[in-house]
Amino acid sequence: MTMVQTTPSAQAAPSEGVLTRISDTLWRRPTLLLLILLTPPALWLGIIYLGSLFALLLQSFFSIDHFTGLINHEFTLATYAELFTPANFDIIRRTVGMAALVTVASAVIAFPIAYYAARYAKGAWRALFYLGIMMPLWSSYLVKVYAWKLILAKEGILTWIFEGLHLTWLLDAYLALPVIGGNSLSVSPTGTFLVFVYVWLPYMVLPIQAALERVPTSMLEASGDLGAKPAQTFRHVLLPLALPGVIAGSIFTFSLTLGDYIIPQIIGTSRLFIGQAVYQHQGIAGNIPLAAAFAVVPIVIMGVYLWTAKRMGAFDAL
Amino acid sequence: MPAVSFDHVSRHFGAVKAVDDVILDIAEGEFFAMLGPSGSGKTTCLRLIAGFERPTGGDIRIFGEPVADLPPYKRQVNTVFQDYALFPHLNVRDNVAYGLMIAGRGKRERHAEAEAALEMVRLGGYGSRKPSELSGGQRQRVALARALVNKPRVLLLDEPLGALDLKLREQMQEELKTLQRQLGITFVFVTHDQGEALSMADRVAVFNEGKIIQVGSPEDIYFRPEVPFVADFVGSSNVLPEALVARLTGETCPAAIRPERLRLASEGPLKARVTGLSFLGLSTRVSFEAEGTRLTALLPQDVARPREGDEVALSWAAEDLHLMRAGQRAGA
Amino acid sequence: MHSDRASLKLKIAAAAGLLFLHLPILLIFVYAFTTEEKSFQWPPPGYTLKWFAATWDRPDVWEAMGLSLKVAAISTLLAMILGTLCAAAVSRTKFFGRESISLLVILPIALPGVVTGIALRSAFSIAEVPFSTWTIVLGHATFCVVIVYNNAVARFRRTSGSLIEASMDLGANLFQTLRYVILPNIATALVVGGMLAFALSFDEVIVTTFTAGQQQTLPIWMLEELVRPRERPVTNVVAMVVVLVTLLPILGAYYLTRGTEAVAGQGK
Repeated sequence: MTMVQTTPSAQAAPSEGVLTRISDTLWRRPTLLLLILLTPPALWLGIIYLGSLFALLLQSFFSIDHFTGLINHEFTLATYAELFTPANFDIIRRTVGMAALVTVASAVIAFPIAYYAARYAKGAWRALFYLGIMMPLWSSYLVKVYAWKLILAKEGILTWIFEGLHLTWLLDAYLALPVIGGNSLSVSPTGTFLVFVYVWLPYMVLPIQAALERVPTSMLEASGDLGAKPAQTFRHVLLPLALPGVIAGSIFTFSLTLGDYIIPQIIGTSRLFIGQAVYQHQGIAGNIPLAAAFAVVPIVIMGVYLWTAKRMGAFDAL
Repeated sequence: MPAVSFDHVSRHFGAVKAVDDVILDIAEGEFFAMLGPSGSGKTTCLRLIAGFERPTGGDIRIFGEPVADLPPYKRQVNTVFQDYALFPHLNVRDNVAYGLMIAGRGKRERHAEAEAALEMVRLGGYGSRKPSELSGGQRQRVALARALVNKPRVLLLDEPLGALDLKLREQMQEELKTLQRQLGITFVFVTHDQGEALSMADRVAVFNEGKIIQVGSPEDIYFRPEVPFVADFVGSSNVLPEALVARLTGETCPAAIRPERLRLASEGPLKARVTGLSFLGLSTRVSFEAEGTRLTALLPQDVARPREGDEVALSWAAEDLHLMRAGQRAGA
Repeated sequence: MHSDRASLKLKIAAAAGLLFLHLPILLIFVYAFTTEEKSFQWPPPGYTLKWFAATWDRPDVWEAMGLSLKVAAISTLLAMILGTLCAAAVSRTKFFGRESISLLVILPIALPGVVTGIALRSAFSIAEVPFSTWTIVLGHATFCVVIVYNNAVARFRRTSGSLIEASMDLGANLFQTLRYVILPNIATALVVGGMLAFALSFDEVIVTTFTAGQQQTLPIWMLEELVRPRERPVTNVVAMVVVLVTLLPILGAYYLTRGTEAVAGQGK
């Protein structure tokens, strides 16, 4: 089948063009069509992305020679063992603890917003609520972090508000606390926590809202009808039904906090998070194996987390 | 030459035999119904004719031409889909004119033909509306016009009336029949509603589990079912099991008897106990149990009604007991 | 009673949550006009427009903006092609491994950005690929695919499968069906997916820090300014512009999806 052969027949019958012939072939062989559709994305994601991930995983089983700074390409678990040195393990513990706190706080703040948006907002209000959540979600990540640098700065708006309320003593007392305090809010763990919650909050609101929207009003009325007080209805009916949404949201907030290295770099103390450790080990230190091993930590944690969440049926609310 | 012929056609999906070894000829100009419960293979048969499925075995011909290698767009058949499948982004006129547009006809010509087709289904003047602005019955007619405007040699209808309410459905049945007579096109009509199949079709094929069980005129199917399945599915006939028939007549096959042909008698060949009564207006439906078999009779209102729990005898005219010799293997 | 009116407590909590989400961004707009140069003093001692002119004259801002737009445009195009193909394959046919394909598409945003970033970085170094616009694009397109894919899959799901059969039944071959039926029906979903992908790429910083080398996209430029501030007022202005630029595709996407929802609602 060459082009020379197809041309005369195409002239003889204009409706029987090359496209129709290709179309005929694809109809006779649906698998071929599927193959054509799937090959480009499968190649891209399979080779570029999975290949890279695999290369990363491989690197984590190598080690670095601390005297020459060269990578020793022999299989070893020594790099993983390094994760459990006190300094490194501290980083992991700090990051996971922060991720858990951020997740809980996001869920608490997100719930009323999602609940109101799902159950009470009507018409124009509904659209406004939707945009009110979507806009911060899609606003520039860095700009949001920057905004908090402005807010938390010593000379910033928060200090000004505390002064205006004559509560400076309270802020100072808080900052004097060990662990959570610091020189100013912008260099304290509290600052890091606030920014994390702010930046990931919309990721928590949307799945909860989706889950709550699926709860039929009649079910709440039935609960009331059966004599439950609003608080009881909330606890025994609404909360269990919203739980898959909360878990779906927590997957985002947890994963995003685990992997972030920009926020703790800009707001907070000099103590490292996993993301920062990855960045520093691969960059300045040139210790790619340890960076890779650190990167595997969030993958493993998220793997366990997703597996648990799946068993609780959280994916229906995504 | 038959309009459509199936020669040992099968369509298997893995282990599932959706259509299994079907032999069938549909004559030109015939109004043909494919009847069966859901999953019986009737819709797959229709899709095989249209070209949306390809047979895994056997040979399909449309007007003598083998169509194994012909994709849907090269077949002289058109389909009215169950969900109508009207293009939501096009208005009614462009929907109807779609086939003509693909065939390369000029804008003015195809719009005129589309308008004529819409007139034919009594939707003249609706051309500029969007499908979403029409009622279910109107959409159904647009789908019909869209198929017919291409002058197909066979029109396939996949449960076209399923989504309509009862009154509209009866009206559309009349219209479809009239239309088919006028145009003289072969109609192949898939339905799970036996009333619809019997009232509209010239011939009916009854499907079950991928096979055709019986083909015949509506009268054949209704009065002379060949197997218990047909008797049961088509008209809630009473099916008497082989053993009972053997005792009553000496024949070794199941038999069918229609409810309106069962009579109450003081003496009769079959003793039965009344298990229920319901008032239907013109008649009363009485349920019985006789020797482990459940039976139903429709009694006219002028006959004395039994009471629940009564022991009665049932009788019938010999010619009303229809022996199903083909059902011998299948049993009851 | 219970379902008609929200309690006051709930109203306050919801309103406070929304304020918490929006006030910080609004603050950026005020700071863009401040006369204070050295600190983040609040309230601003005075207001001026001069920083807009100063930003306008900064070639590095323009370069970073140019690179970001270029990367976002190419990544969006690639993501639209790959995401649509994938969505078409997954929603039109049932095949072995369908679930794994969905998982593969979602993985790049399900895993933390730092993982995707370092994975690509180490792959580049193993394959000895020098950093260029294309290395950035490679990363961005990878995680943008899922955005387009999600939108396209949702639309394919809502579009009746028999439309394609109807088109072929009426004489249209595969390519005519694609042009006259499939594309018009998924167009808005593709545009929405593309807009969101563009916004995501334009804003991305974590993966980019690993794949950009010495190049500066606008987010990298901002990151530099955050870590080592040079001229704070210029950063303020850029931050405000970035908010406005990413807002446009989001509002556009919202407007378009709202339109289709209304149409779908009419059909019922």
